[in-house]
Amino acid sequence: MSTLAALARVEAFEVGRAVPIATVRHVHLSEQPLVLVPLLLAGEAAAPLAALVGTGRDDPRLLVVAQPRDRDQRFAFLDELAHLVTDYLEDRRGEVELVEATRNREEWERYLDAPQLILPNSGGIEALRLFGRSARFRSTEGPYPVAAQVPLLGRYLTWFAEDRAPTAGSSVCLALTEVLAAHWATGQSALEDQHLAALLAWIDPDCIAADGASTNTDGPVGGRLTGAQAALLAEDPLRYPPAGPVTDPDFDGKVLSHLILAQQEAEPGSNAEQAAGKALRAALLSQLEPTWELMWRGIDLLRSLPEAGHDAHRWMVDRGRFTDFAVKLDEGAPPQPRRDGAVAAARRLADLEGAQEAYDKQRALDDPLVLAEYRVTGEAFAGTITDVDAERQDTSGRSPKPRPHVWLRTADPVVLRQGTKVACPQRPGQRPVIVAVTRDGGEYVVELELVDGMGRKAVPEEGSVPEPGEYRCYSTVLAAERFAPPPLPELELTPWTHGGPPAAYVPTGADHDEEWH
Amino acid sequence: MAATGSSSSSRSASARAVIDQVTADLLSGEHRGVIVDSPPGAGKSTLVVELAARLAETGEPVMVVAQTNEQVDDLVDRLARAHAGSGLTIGRLSASGYVPTERVVRHLGGPDAVDDCVTVAGKVADLRSPAVTVATAAKWARIGEAPWPEGGWRWAILDEAYQMRSDGLLAIAPRFANGTALFVGDPGQLDPFATIDGDRWAGSAWDPTDSAVAVVRAHNPGLPVHRLPYSWRLPATAAPLVCAAFYPFTPFEAGSAAADRAMKLPGSSSGSDPAASQGDQALDLAAETGWALYELPAKHTVRTDAEALTACARLAARLVRREATVFDPGYAGGRTVTADRIAIGAAHRDQVAGIRAALDRHGEDVRAVTVDTANRLQGREYDVCIVLHPLSGRRDATAFHLETGRLCVLLSRHRHACVVVARRGIPELLDAHPHTEPVHLGAPVKFPDGWEAHQAVLAHLAGYRVAAPAPAK
Repeated sequence: MSTLAALARVEAFEVGRAVPIATVRHVHLSEQPLVLVPLLLAGEAAAPLAALVGTGRDDPRLLVVAQPRDRDQRFAFLDELAHLVTDYLEDRRGEVELVEATRNREEWERYLDAPQLILPNSGGIEALRLFGRSARFRSTEGPYPVAAQVPLLGRYLTWFAEDRAPTAGSSVCLALTEVLAAHWATGQSALEDQHLAALLAWIDPDCIAADGASTNTDGPVGGRLTGAQAALLAEDPLRYPPAGPVTDPDFDGKVLSHLILAQQEAEPGSNAEQAAGKALRAALLSQLEPTWELMWRGIDLLRSLPEAGHDAHRWMVDRGRFTDFAVKLDEGAPPQPRRDGAVAAARRLADLEGAQEAYDKQRALDDPLVLAEYRVTGEAFAGTITDVDAERQDTSGRSPKPRPHVWLRTADPVVLRQGTKVACPQRPGQRPVIVAVTRDGGEYVVELELVDGMGRKAVPEEGSVPEPGEYRCYSTVLAAERFAPPPLPELELTPWTHGGPPAAYVPTGADHDEEWH
Repeated sequence: MAATGSSSSSRSASARAVIDQVTADLLSGEHRGVIVDSPPGAGKSTLVVELAARLAETGEPVMVVAQTNEQVDDLVDRLARAHAGSGLTIGRLSASGYVPTERVVRHLGGPDAVDDCVTVAGKVADLRSPAVTVATAAKWARIGEAPWPEGGWRWAILDEAYQMRSDGLLAIAPRFANGTALFVGDPGQLDPFATIDGDRWAGSAWDPTDSAVAVVRAHNPGLPVHRLPYSWRLPATAAPLVCAAFYPFTPFEAGSAAADRAMKLPGSSSGSDPAASQGDQALDLAAETGWALYELPAKHTVRTDAEALTACARLAARLVRREATVFDPGYAGGRTVTADRIAIGAAHRDQVAGIRAALDRHGEDVRAVTVDTANRLQGREYDVCIVLHPLSGRRDATAFHLETGRLCVLLSRHRHACVVVARRGIPELLDAHPHTEPVHLGAPVKFPDGWEAHQAVLAHLAGYRVAAPAPAK
């Protein structure tokens, strides 16, 4: 946790309400996200129990597995989910835009939309990953055939949960608690922030109080709840059951086990069986509905934040990746391997690291509160331009080059040294060099030399040199350059150091017989 | 002194025997690779320089991979000094913006040069097929396809291979895919790191965030592993602790005897300023015994704990001004410990920046003191090191701060003495934070773990405590 985030938590604790730690929304929100609240059966690796799915607050679909230990029923559940998800995905594949050819790629078409799955927490994403893992190798033929949609769903879920969710800056698969916690600091611990209801209680205590239920005796008298009081209420599993994928153990023991048993023991096709099935659905819905409501509350809260400057760019990347993946599937690509091979793992690592660095930089550019974190760690300083020598030139070469000097006065303790390159959000492409840092009383004066971003002429372009009186924040983070990752050998040329070329994937019967299914 | 002399020569002989075995293993053609583990300061560079020349004698091209441009230039210089006379030709591949350092220029030919055995170029084709080609791993990864020597390089030497990431090795391995590789490195130093969570690959044999050596060994379990037996850098006061705490299963000893090294520190302060006199006391203790733990009062602090940072800077400044002299068989008459022979090490960059700023306030004469993070101090050597303990003032002990390699780097840079600066209460902190990292299937368990290593170090340092005065209220 950064020092500023820690400070924000203390502040939140004192005022009794979450404190914003971002001025803009650093994730994209789709017009029509697919909200998904999955539940797993306790004690099983990946046994779906129920899910509430939908694109509209008032129109959730409840999927239930009556006997989660029955494998056929699991795949019937995945089939049902597959229809919902693939219909949703199909709707995203409408209009396209033309992307001009670049050095590395011919002209191509990109969808104007991309899917967005929103899960309550990172556990929900992990549940999707497990569904994907269990479904993508299944076959529609052979000893344990599944419906045609199931392996397709498996590939998509794997793409959402394993490829995109861990990629910084991607918004196609989001865990709501993580997104909210990245925008607000609460007065509770990071662990408690993983509880959706408690987290929302700090951000918007009214969403807890509004349900009209009687409050504890230590609640406020006629007043509004503080974050801490609301969070305490929110932690009551009877009011707010866990947001999945785990269920409340009390519910498991006292309600769920009896209902599952009742249905199992009832005569097939009998009224008793029907009644038991209905009761089970009602019980599971009662566990999911409060979370469903909170999900949309959270999304509303996020929508109230202004969009970040790089939002469109990042969503464009997501749209491109979605297009690529969908086209690849259409062309009959095999399922993603169980584990990344040596070359694929190295490529993915480079991808993930590149995305993380780009995202960090974009957030610092878009949001002064993020940039402020770097001021605290000494990687940035902010202040007013006091003096500018715009005429200064470097005459050592054949033709004189503009090298203006700029003096900035700041109250930030400047620990950056001579020769460091920095940049500011106003002109991120310009990377001045620190020439000198002098102390003046309690403040610092930083002398910067502009070396680029002034056009090609002998005189700097209009507006490319800061003016006296302007407030600027310069940071090394913004000036960081990322080099393209080095080329890696082709798969079939994997060297002996990494085990040589791996065997090609051939679907076998073993895929059906994996024990854990 | 006679006894010391003979044991030191027998130590040299046994170190030499290891180099001979490594050479034999490489030339035998029975192995695709050979691994040499080296404790801190055990003559790794000497081994690399010597083997590069020996492999070049086969007449087939040798590639040498280092991790930083500094290391490449050092190797080029050492290779040239040792073997220019015997006609060894050396190529130095570089990125476009590279300006040859002075130690490379002296081997480029021309009026002021010592010799002309080195060629610098950005492309393999422009090097005129030297016997040995040296470059950073990043450069080797980007040399593009042909023209390579036919069939790639027959011999490859990878220096600091434990600091190289597996994905980095994957990018350069095709250059020597048909040849034989020598991996040299120090297994006790910092593991390479990734800026993202690499748990998804934990336990896989090609985990791209793991070290190059770990991956090579996982795929080629039969590769011979040799070990350099003596640390020529660490004094007899330090080697036993570093060995016990960080290399418990691969013992090594100091190459020098206790009597070989000495440090004299004149001008102790007996002034009225308690901080100054306690600081001097810590320096005196370190000069005499090789270790000192300068303990600040217990307190939970932010990472950039101003008191601890200024204490580090003040100790370094005092050390420069007291003009210590160190004695070593290599420089018999003694040598003054100048600012450039002193380093201050810390865990975080902002701590380094803070110490730097504090040091700057002490004046021009201490500017040459090195202040850096453990990551960047790897492979470097100083007479005296001042270390800001990674756990000083912390409320928790995270995996980062417990990392064995980080502490090992910080405590193994010195030839004579090491002063650790820390707040009280670290043993209690460790007790409150037992090891909680998840265990991954298939991932080899690392010994010793950071917790254990930290305890061993603290237990040792407890005997070398000097309490800093409490700050004035």
